[in-house]
Order: sequence, then C-alpha cells, then structure tokens
Amino acid sequence: MGETVTAGARRARLRPAGFDDLGVRRALSDRLLPALVAAMTFLAALTLAGAVATSSLAHHWQHGAAAALTVQVPDPGASPASGEGTRLTRVVAILTDAPGIAEARALDRAELTDLLRPWLGRDLAAAAIGPAAAGGDKGGAAADPAQAPLALPLPGVVQVRLDRPGVDLTGLARRLDQAAPGTLVESHGLWVQRLSALARSLQACAAVVLVVVVLIAAAVVAVATRAGLAARRDAIEIVHGLGATDGYIAGRFARRTTMLAAVGAAVGAAAALPVLIGLAGLAAPFASFGPEAEGGAGLLAAVPGSLWLALPCLPLVAAAIGWMTAQGTVRRWLRRLP
Amino acid sequence: MVLLERVGLHYGGRSAGSRQAAPDVLHDLNFAVPAGGFRWLLGPSGAGKTSLLRLLYLAVRPTAGRLDILGIPVGQAARGTLPRLRRRIGVVFQDFRLLPHLTAYDNVALPLRIAGRPEGQIRADVSEMLRWVGLARKHASHPAELSGGEQQRVAIARAVINRPDLLLADEPTGNLDEGQAERLMQLLKEMNRLGTTVMVATHNDGLVARHPARALRLDQGRLIADG
Repeated sequence: MGETVTAGARRARLRPAGFDDLGVRRALSDRLLPALVAAMTFLAALTLAGAVATSSLAHHWQHGAAAALTVQVPDPGASPASGEGTRLTRVVAILTDAPGIAEARALDRAELTDLLRPWLGRDLAAAAIGPAAAGGDKGGAAADPAQAPLALPLPGVVQVRLDRPGVDLTGLARRLDQAAPGTLVESHGLWVQRLSALARSLQACAAVVLVVVVLIAAAVVAVATRAGLAARRDAIEIVHGLGATDGYIAGRFARRTTMLAAVGAAVGAAAALPVLIGLAGLAAPFASFGPEAEGGAGLLAAVPGSLWLALPCLPLVAAAIGWMTAQGTVRRWLRRLP
Repeated sequence: MVLLERVGLHYGGRSAGSRQAAPDVLHDLNFAVPAGGFRWLLGPSGAGKTSLLRLLYLAVRPTAGRLDILGIPVGQAARGTLPRLRRRIGVVFQDFRLLPHLTAYDNVALPLRIAGRPEGQIRADVSEMLRWVGLARKHASHPAELSGGEQQRVAIARAVINRPDLLLADEPTGNLDEGQAERLMQLLKEMNRLGTTVMVATHNDGLVARHPARALRLDQGRLIADG
C-alpha cells in the first residue's frame, strides 16, 4: 500500500507536458479573479434578461395594440353614400376587402353595452343602445327618459385586426369616409410608437451595460495578468532565456485566466438563474412568454428560450475574454525582453 | 561559431540621446571562437564579463558592431528567430537560476518541454542526465532541499540537456567549494571534448591555473588580451 502511494506520487511528480513551469497557478489566485468575473457575469445575466424581457414586451405590444384598429361609424343604420346596405355594413364590407386586414367585425349590442357600462351603468347603457343598435328606429327619442330608451346617437363600432403592421391607414380612412361620411379610423399606432421607442432605448441601455461589463472584465483580467507577470518575472526570464517563445509563455497565462474566467462566469450565471426565474414568473402575465403553468415547471417555462441559450454562453464569452486579454497583455509585456 | 566585430553595448536604448546618458559597458570587441573551442573569460569585477556573456546568450542585443552566434547575425535577426537560437545555447549561472517550485527532474526537463519534445524521450534523457551529474536519487527534490553543489549540478544538467552547440558559464564555481568546482570543470571539459563550444567567466585564478586554456581578458569593457 505504502509503495503504491509512493509510486503514484513519483508518477505525479514526473508529470507530462502542460505542467506549471511558470508557477502561474500561484501567481493568478483562484479566488479574486473568479469572484470578480462571477459578479460581472451576474450583472450581464440580469442585463440580458432585461433586454430579452423588453424585446418580448415590445413585440407583444406591436402585435397586440399596433395590429388593432377601431372604426367608428356615426349613424350606422342610414344608407351609405355609395353601395348597398347600411353605412355600417358598407364599412365592414370595405374593411373586409381591404388588403392587410385580418378581421373586421361590428360590435353587437351586448358588446356595446359592455363598453358603455362603466360610464352609464348597466341599465342606462342597455337603454342607450336599445333603439340605435336595433338599427334605424328613430321613434325612441319620444319615450320617457326615466324609463329608457335614451336613444343617444351612438355610432357603430367596428373592431379591426390587421394581419401585419404598416397598413396604409390614410387611404383606407379616405375610402371609408367616401362610403360613409364621418367615419373615424382610430389607430393605436402613436401609443405603440412611444412604447416601442421606450423599449428600444431600454435595449440600447442594456447593450451599453453589456459593453461596459465586457470592458471591465477585460480590464480585471489584464490587471490580474499584469500582477501575475510581476510576481513571476524571474521565472519568465529564465524560461524566456531557455528559448521559450512569446506564444509559449502567453499560453501558460492564457490557459490559467481562461479557466478562472470560465469558472467565475459559470458561478455568476448559476447565481443569476434563480433571480431570472423569479423575474420571469412576475413578467409572465404581461408578456405571455410561455404557458401559464403552475409550480416550478411553469416558472422554468416562463424564462424565455433566448435566455436559456444566452446563459450557457456567458462562461464561453468570459473564457474568450480571459484568453484574449491574457494573450494580449503577456505578449505586449514580453516585448521588453529581446 | 562565435564572431564579434567592433561590438559595443550600452544599456538604456539605442538613441543618440540615451547613448550619451548611458555609458558604454562594452567597447569595440573583436574576437572569434571556433566551433568546439574553449575560452576562459577573465578580468576584474566590473570589467564587462557578465555583460559579454549576456550578449552571447541573447539576453541583450549589441548596440554597435556585428555579433554572429552559431552563424546567425544577432543584431539584425528578427525577434521571432531568437528563441530557436537560444535553445542551442546552454547557460550556467553563478546563482543557478533554478525554478524553486519545480523538482530537479522538472528543472532539467524544462528546456526539452519548451522545445516541445515528446514526454517519453524527455523521461529517458532527463533520467540519464541526472545519472550523469550524480543526482539520480534526488530527481524529486526541490532546489531548496539540495546543497549548493547539487543545485549547480542540476543547473549544468539543465544547460546541457538540449546538447547545446554553445555552453556559457558565469562564475560557475562562485558558490562551490574546491572539490565541487573541480567536478564541475570535469563536466564542462567533457562537454567541450564532445564538441560543444565552451566559454567560462571566472576570477578563480587557481581554477584557471589547474586547467590552462586560451583566455579572453577584459578590462573596463575592452578586450585587452586574447591568447
């Protein structure tokens, strides 16, 4: 048993190439650098989550509000200026035939009542709708106002869903106005434009934060590498004198920083995961990121797929930053040697 | 093999301004050492022996004149060609310059690993070399666990493991007693007999007297005798 241990120890001492000839393991400690990289990866993960959430919300708004249109047709029961039927049916027919319109549907009596109820109360709303919605019976105006119907001159309301954003609403509005003068087309575009501008600004901020995080990470690796170079200066000069190339020495440092950065980033990404899952759970009702399942599986499903892709990439990106920064720093430093 | 023509050296850059600020440490050196030759490098402290050796093992480049080492003009050579040339030069330092965190085995193996030799060949070569310098039993010891003489033997094993064409030693006996110094000289002379060009800087007159050979004498950065 004792002999086996000794033989094993001897084999370990006679270890193959790739051993730590420069003492880089001690020069670049496995504490500070991974901890700093972990903290920055945590920030990067949160920033990415913010960017993804903003993008999802913006997408949701654009395909919700931007794709919806409300058309009001005053005096819906009257004859249109051109064509058959009432003004309301004529407007619906034109909308249905227009390009880029997925659906055009006149609200029925119950829906109009629902729309008015918050302002008028259920009874008054129903009374107000009564004759107008029935279409053309103007006699109701003479009835007792206390008993209803109120016979307000309510317009017909057509709800329109666009199948793509950017439909020519001006031309459409002109055609509707020709067929039924006074028809109003109300687009939600301005509101959506403002929200989209806000979303774009937030995404730009996220991009800036990510760039700053990358720069700080590179700076941290560079400082750590420089400290390591200073600590191992004698060993580097000896190895350089024995004929080591710049690539050989830089590779020793880069291998170490790559490993430390990757480990730190993995820890940071893992630490960010519970936070992201919690945030995604809070955001799910607003943005329909995923199915609204209950429990842990539902929370996991609430994290957007792009984040599941981005999180494992963070250690890879950190490793790449560690490798490139160490290579650049060491090679620049070595130029002082002949 | 080693050729110097009007070689000068000063530290602190090549510009005319710094030339005036930093005094020359070597002036106008002219000599040649043929392949397989042996030279003592003699002179008082501060004569420029160490600076000349630094030129020869490519720790600095000459600031004037022409320096050819193993057929390569060092002054004009691209920086990228120097590592390969350094691997053909073995150096033994007075302070050994071993890597303290590596074992004797790993210190001796270092030049072979830097040269990218296969690990199997490294194991055979290093074991044989450690036997040659009488340290086979101490292969797993770190420098701090070795005596001065043992460390010097590790250093010479590292210097010759690559079978260098040029072997340089800077005061190699400075930290050794008479017996150890004598043993080191035997090793150096054996390398020379095998065809390696050897240059040894020393101010140990007794050693030079016991091993008479051609000598280069320096004083105040100038060559005052070659014979």
